[in-house]
Amino acid sequence: MQTKGTELAVGLFIVAGLLALTMLALKVGHFHVLGRGQTYQVTADFGNIGSLKPRAPVTAAGVRVGEVRHIALNPRSYRAVVTLRLLKRYRFPRDSSAAIDTAGLLGEQYVSLSPGGSRRYLKNGGKIRVTQSAIILEQVISQLLYKKAGHG
Amino acid sequence: MNPLAGIGGAVGALGRRALAGIARLGRATLFIARLVPSLGGAWKRARLIVQQLYMTGVLTFVIILVSGAFVGMILALQGYNTLVRYDAQSSLGLLVALALTRELGPVLTALLFAGRAGSALTAEIGLMKATEQLAGMEMMAVDPLLRVVAPRFWAGWIAVPLLAMIFTAVGIIGAYVVAVAVLGLDGGVFWSQMQAGVSVTNDVIGGLIKSVVFGFVISWIAVFEGYDAKPTSEGVSRATTRTVVSSSLAVLGLDFIMTAFMLRGL
Repeated sequence: MQTKGTELAVGLFIVAGLLALTMLALKVGHFHVLGRGQTYQVTADFGNIGSLKPRAPVTAAGVRVGEVRHIALNPRSYRAVVTLRLLKRYRFPRDSSAAIDTAGLLGEQYVSLSPGGSRRYLKNGGKIRVTQSAIILEQVISQLLYKKAGHG
Repeated sequence: MNPLAGIGGAVGALGRRALAGIARLGRATLFIARLVPSLGGAWKRARLIVQQLYMTGVLTFVIILVSGAFVGMILALQGYNTLVRYDAQSSLGLLVALALTRELGPVLTALLFAGRAGSALTAEIGLMKATEQLAGMEMMAVDPLLRVVAPRFWAGWIAVPLLAMIFTAVGIIGAYVVAVAVLGLDGGVFWSQMQAGVSVTNDVIGGLIKSVVFGFVISWIAVFEGYDAKPTSEGVSRATTRTVVSSSLAVLGLDFIMTAFMLRGL
């Protein structure tokens, strides 16, 4: 009887440990939460992506709808080509726009989508035409100082 | 008595202590080499391992739960206090999760385990030796390494990573409770910042690897010190102290080395 209790306790202990590891892997860490089957990819060109990195979140109205899959430079236009992976259950009109925003003053950068009004939707491999580049804080500040100096 | 003789005696004593330390390291290595063949055989009597898992793992569970929760809550308060100056409270979840998964979870669990279970392992084996139970087993052709030491070694090794994962998870939950209920942060931001910044392969698995190494080292030191103890009450008491001291130092030293390797790999 006593051994039964011991075995049960040890079993529960091991289950608790494995559950904790599962929680760390799924809830705490980023483990390709987006499966391949449930997503589609679209691209968007930006003049400047700031410090956007792969795996940064893509949001619409603040809700996470996907992630940045890949970033490359177009060798001809010298614009950044950002590939986004979006969840299939969220469809966006073709004329939606994408902007690179910053979470807080020092926070990470992410792509935010604003839906357009078109009745046709972005498909896998589609392209978001209207984009707004990242705001580089240093440039804003220097412009501001420059203008101030200009005003005397 | 000239003063030189006194200095010579002191230097001699220092050298003897150093030699004794190196000899102890050598004995510990020979001991693990002798133990390795028994490790596989220990699984034929899995019940013994389960019993030891109860003694080491389950009985350490509560202290791990309580400490984990408190460490998480403290981290949340302290982190918030600093982050709020830069208006970066939203990164609190990330800060707490990285601190716990990479460092505090594995290291604090290892230190607590060394104090709570490692010392008990040493005392038990040392006392078995002092009361000649180990010699008695040998007389009956029972291998004490297989019957006594190996199951305890396995149990300690298995228990530490599991406890470290529990510590980390409970710590993060504790931090979440403080962040949302006390500090009034948004729960969704807490989790999403964490998920965006914590990588499973680098941070969670890195912490797991650390705790596996710590589990091995603590169990090794604990069973070795017990087996190597002088068979007197004083000898057992000193061996117990040595287990806690050496395994704590070993954990911290190894942690530094592993952290250096892991951060370079990032």
